[in-house]
Amino acid sequence: MSSAKNRLTGGQIDHSQSLNFSFDGRRYTGHPGDTLASALLANGVRLMGRSFKYHRPRGPFSAGSQEPNALVELRNGALREPNTRATTAELFDGLSATSQNRIGSLKFDVLAVNDLMSNFLTAGFYYKTFMWPAAFWEKLYEPVIRRAAGLGAMSEKDDPDVYDKGFLHCDLLVIGSGPSGLMAALTAARSGADVILADEDFKLGGQLNSETLTIADQSGADWAAATVAELATYPNVRLMPRTTVIGAFDHGIYGAVERLGDHLSVSEADKPRQILWRIYAGKTVLAAGAIERPIAFENNDRPGIMLASALRSYANRFAVAVDQRAVVFANNDDAHRTAQDLHAKGVQVIVVDVRPDAPMSMDFEVLRGAQVINTTGRLGLRFVDVQLQDGSTRIIECGALGVSGGWNPNVHLTCHQRGRPVWNAQQQAFVPGDMPAGMLVAGAAAGAMSTYDALATGVTAAAQALDLSANLPDVPAAENAPVEITPFWYVQGASRAWVDQQNDVTVKDVKLSHQEGFRSVEHLKRYTTLGMATDQGKTSNLLGMAIMAELEDKPIEAVGTTIFRPPYTPVAIGAFAGRHREQEFHPKRLTPSHKWAEEQGAVFVEVGNWMRAQWYPRSGETTWRDSVDREVLATRNSVGVCDVTTLGKIDVQGSDAAAFLNKVYCNGFAKLAVGKVRYGVMLREDGIAKDDGTAARLAEDHFVVTTTTANAVSVYRHMEFVHQCLCPDMDVQMISTTDAWAQFSVAGPNSRHVLQKIVDQDISNDAFPFMACANITICGGLRARLFRISFSGELAYEIAVPTAYGDALIRRLMEVGADYDISPYGTEALSVMRIEKGHAAGNELNGTTTAQNLGLGRMVSTKKDSIGAVLSRREGLNAPGDLRQVGIKPVNLDDKVPAGAHLMNAQGPVDATHDQGYVTSACFSPTLGHHIGLGFVKDGANRLGETLRLVSPLTDVDITVELCSPHFVDPEGERLRV
Amino acid sequence: MIIDHPLLGPRDASEFVYLGDASLIDRPNPDTEDASHAFYEYAYLRDNPAGLHRELWFHEAGDRSWLVVTRNTETHEITKVEFAKDVARLAGRSL
Amino acid sequence: MKYSAFQVIKQALRGHKGWIPAWRDPEPANHYDIVIIGGGGHGLACAHYLAKTFKQKRIAVLEKGWIGGGNVGRNTTIIRSNYLLDGNEPFYEFSLKLWEGLEQDLNYNAMVSQRGILNLIHSDGQRDAFIRRGNAMILNGADADLMSTEQIKRKYPFLNTDNARFPIQGGLAQHRGGTVRHDAVAWGYARSADQHGVDIIQNCEVTGFRIENGTCTGVETTRGFIGATKVGCAVAGSSSRLMSKAGMRLPIESHVLQAFVSEGLKPVIPGVITFGAGHFYCSQSDKGGLVFGGDIDGYNSYAQRGNLPVVEDVCEGAMAIFPMLGRARLLRMWGGIMDMSMDGSPIIDRTHIKGLYFNGGWCYGGFKATPASGYAFAHLLATDTPHPTATAYRFDRFEKGLMIDEKGMGNQPNLH
Repeated sequence: MSSAKNRLTGGQIDHSQSLNFSFDGRRYTGHPGDTLASALLANGVRLMGRSFKYHRPRGPFSAGSQEPNALVELRNGALREPNTRATTAELFDGLSATSQNRIGSLKFDVLAVNDLMSNFLTAGFYYKTFMWPAAFWEKLYEPVIRRAAGLGAMSEKDDPDVYDKGFLHCDLLVIGSGPSGLMAALTAARSGADVILADEDFKLGGQLNSETLTIADQSGADWAAATVAELATYPNVRLMPRTTVIGAFDHGIYGAVERLGDHLSVSEADKPRQILWRIYAGKTVLAAGAIERPIAFENNDRPGIMLASALRSYANRFAVAVDQRAVVFANNDDAHRTAQDLHAKGVQVIVVDVRPDAPMSMDFEVLRGAQVINTTGRLGLRFVDVQLQDGSTRIIECGALGVSGGWNPNVHLTCHQRGRPVWNAQQQAFVPGDMPAGMLVAGAAAGAMSTYDALATGVTAAAQALDLSANLPDVPAAENAPVEITPFWYVQGASRAWVDQQNDVTVKDVKLSHQEGFRSVEHLKRYTTLGMATDQGKTSNLLGMAIMAELEDKPIEAVGTTIFRPPYTPVAIGAFAGRHREQEFHPKRLTPSHKWAEEQGAVFVEVGNWMRAQWYPRSGETTWRDSVDREVLATRNSVGVCDVTTLGKIDVQGSDAAAFLNKVYCNGFAKLAVGKVRYGVMLREDGIAKDDGTAARLAEDHFVVTTTTANAVSVYRHMEFVHQCLCPDMDVQMISTTDAWAQFSVAGPNSRHVLQKIVDQDISNDAFPFMACANITICGGLRARLFRISFSGELAYEIAVPTAYGDALIRRLMEVGADYDISPYGTEALSVMRIEKGHAAGNELNGTTTAQNLGLGRMVSTKKDSIGAVLSRREGLNAPGDLRQVGIKPVNLDDKVPAGAHLMNAQGPVDATHDQGYVTSACFSPTLGHHIGLGFVKDGANRLGETLRLVSPLTDVDITVELCSPHFVDPEGERLRV
Repeated sequence: MIIDHPLLGPRDASEFVYLGDASLIDRPNPDTEDASHAFYEYAYLRDNPAGLHRELWFHEAGDRSWLVVTRNTETHEITKVEFAKDVARLAGRSL
Repeated sequence: MKYSAFQVIKQALRGHKGWIPAWRDPEPANHYDIVIIGGGGHGLACAHYLAKTFKQKRIAVLEKGWIGGGNVGRNTTIIRSNYLLDGNEPFYEFSLKLWEGLEQDLNYNAMVSQRGILNLIHSDGQRDAFIRRGNAMILNGADADLMSTEQIKRKYPFLNTDNARFPIQGGLAQHRGGTVRHDAVAWGYARSADQHGVDIIQNCEVTGFRIENGTCTGVETTRGFIGATKVGCAVAGSSSRLMSKAGMRLPIESHVLQAFVSEGLKPVIPGVITFGAGHFYCSQSDKGGLVFGGDIDGYNSYAQRGNLPVVEDVCEGAMAIFPMLGRARLLRMWGGIMDMSMDGSPIIDRTHIKGLYFNGGWCYGGFKATPASGYAFAHLLATDTPHPTATAYRFDRFEKGLMIDEKGMGNQPNLH
């Protein structure tokens, strides 16, 4: 039923079913088992793309993932996927693809004019021009270049697909499912080991699917299918087709991308498009096969010219004759198999072999000692010019030209830990050298080129990996021909002979690179862009090196080696991200009162991963300031409540707990009485303030330490470091209990009245004075902790209950506080009140400030050793006149004090060298009725009352301010103690 | 990477947090005359070898132990994993 | 040979036969006035300024492999001067000014492209810090612009402004920031230095220093002893390894920073964008590849390669704010070795050994510093006084407590 003109019978496709697809708007049909490239070739379409620089017409160069030329935009709209290899895109019904990197149609690309100017656009020409006048680069030259740059276009719409991640473990990972990979997997499977067999192709079997040779008494493809079927019966084997192992990372960890939805018209609901697997492999057998390499000759890039093995694949696997007349240009025996296979499919073949002693054939003509010296055909190959051994030229009409310069073992993954392949002169190829620990190589990837050797090395590699010696599978009979090859890289005299097809690097460019001194492999690559295209030079790197070696008159191995980097083939960025995108980028941590706060209509803000209530708008309030001002005043005038669960809590116990805290805090804790809380500052060992908080002594051997929200994790880690690494014999244990206790600040003159309604014990000022702490019970028996500490400057408490009771507690507090018009307040009001009180927070503890800068210099005890004490005494941290924290208020009380502004002397220049300091925090103070700020000013403590100039050129502010005490509200601290 | 925890067995390195050279265990005596210089060297100077490196990792998503891992900085191969507490005691650290 | 459009046309018409090597391949002399160790961006820039600006003679650059093969050839090509602290900002602004005139100075088109850099803001605290920074930049003579979310939306419509875990609340832009074709920087400096008489000697690894009575008199190399009156080391990434040969321990750890490039795509992203709530930044090259990166892997390493967790972390950052990138493909990843210093800032200083000078500790900010670093190091080598913009980059700042800690992370290199 197939009507496509180049379709053959047989192969690995299902002729009984048709799939409709379109390319550049034209409709075609193909079959299950086709790739987009094979289906287009079957329909007589050879032109599929344009090259990067010269916009030369291009068709498929390969039948696999090494493809440099046949790149298309697959699918439409937000699903558009640029640079998709037509040679690996599995055909599905309704597939729609568009050609890319063209202006106009694919056949008449306006930018093909670049090809006419190619003599001026040689390697690196752009480094030598576009320099004058200087301003023209961004304005003129670069926009023109950028307009022409790039290959395919992104949709510019959010990717609608879902990606996932997963972890797999196995004893043996086998990469590649050709003869060696299948035998390795079979060997391991029969031993009972856990095996993963991964292959990038949608059909397991590797090269066997593209061959006509036999294994035992079966065709190679049938043997592969039978072996895969056997493997599928083992519960200890996981077969993973459509899975590309992209990288070999440390300690046997492999990255792999499984494509679950790319071959479907519509992704299945709830199923990811792709999964990024991290495979933890005990051992790995790399059985990735080999990649055929081309020979460079004049105009070797026309649609219809491809690797000889690609012609073979298209014919044998995909049942496509690219053309009824084909030429094979080669330097090795393997290419003659291509000719044989094409002949068997009825294609008229002529072999052009550079070797004067090339084998002859009864079935097709072999031109010995001949070379292809040119080709013609504007949008596809029409004629091949062959120079015969006698020097005469023969022009052959054909639409397909297969090129084979030999085969390169696919060493890509062996290089991922910077292993360098080594040159094998007999095979004229690089074979694996140093390898990642735990990796073995089998088959053609190891240089075992015959089918028999591939099968045999598959067995031995798996046996070696798993230390097996008995019950190994027998190696079936198969061809075992030696590699017969005469090195031949490019046709002498050729200049516009493509080395890197996608990036348009020609033999001439390599020569120019050499001429200009860019001779090391890395310089060659960077100067010419050889191997930098989407195929990572899988078919071009070695060719470029070989040409350079000839120019340098050195052996190839002396010029350098090719080294590959992950990923093996390009990977969708979405796959690396998995589900961690947009809202799910990071997890959300909710406080115990979150649900209640939501009911109140709170506005939330991200604080690290926490979501905290920022303010609680009430009806009638039009701006956030309305709400915040009200919350501040309500707290200062009566009582407010705020969820402070996010502050870090560290439970410290043991007979040395006090001595330990004495070590980590710069101020003393040894003598803190049981039932008391003390404010503490921790320094880093470099003497800079690390964090501040409180430590409450609940018992002789029990403290509860609080940290800032931001530093909860790092302070705990630091304390464990001090204990385990510096004083391991101290009897002290600690654990982070941040999420175990729900904690609320209850602040304001009426806070005691409210709390006394639920606290079972007496909390009068005498019974529970400022800085007291205790284990208490509330509501008739629920265990809780109470701390009389204040961030707001008001009479205040922090009350903690097990997290499960947090929601109940906030509801109860609101209930019992109703008589006092208790008001919940959010992080904004919290911040306003701490600025009014002059307490330092994250903006002040910015990692560069010392205790002295913060006005807390006297806290650093000189009577004991503590972390950071010694280095805090360095001269640079104690210079006369250095920064001190001050309060800042505008002289004109209507002015706003912006955080981030800098301070300058009232008179004098405004520039960096005359900078006097900066504003760290600022707010409108509803208590004072004007804006205020905190900041650091040089010699600030001695300049209170001085008028300075506050500038923020970034936001266009220039006002006059007065320095004052940072304690704007209740500087004597009387309210705390009532 | 995989770190073979002395008690908990092989664990993915992402369970751990890295600090740096294990010489951070060797905090100088603060009471000597040249303490200031000794602390400068302790806090700031590193051998930074290309090759075997003894370094501190914290098992943050695990048992919260500090480990001294001996790892080759050129190949990332790990040859030894010890509890920092034990290393510290051997170095004479106590209270 | 002067490069120009005219030259390109002339050579094309003559079959490109006239092009000459961009630099010579000389044999090392027995003695030089100044030997620079390290044929990377900073070493080559230093040689260029020494010869051209400071009129020094008899200069050699020794490179163990091929020039430009270190971090100047493995970075994400960003230039900017958006620093906060007094010790840094004037230096990086000087560097940006040198970038702006680089091509004419070198007669080499390194494609300095000032398409801007934008640091996104995601919290009030971050805004306060960025305002302080932007003001510091302006007060130091640099440019800075606080952009609103609306302005950002207009300029970068593909950013996720509607559905972000950490919503974009504006950004600090430096419109003079941008990107440069990194390899061309090394080549341009090399070619110019060579034209001014500098010997660039590749495949010449320094194996030791000859130090006599506290004075460095030359270097032992794989190509024999090379005498020198002054030796300047500029081998960031390998600083500790090299200086240990002179018996020095440095306030530096070597860490791996991975970077990534996508397949070529039609240009969409106009400048450099930095995500402020995760580890991700991105630009798009003139060739169309997205060039992006994030945080260092975090452990000491000389391996020039990293691991998957950071790759995933970076791509998660990408998908957090650029969900359009899901179907773009990551083409290649690589790792460079960073000299991570103890305060995140570099060192350009004399050592305690007479005649031996050091330049390193660039963390992952070395590329943008290339011109100023080369210039300041040349100034130091030629005049024995620090360049005015580099006076803070001293060895003794750590002992004296004069750290230049932009991020406020203290003496833990992997946090800078």
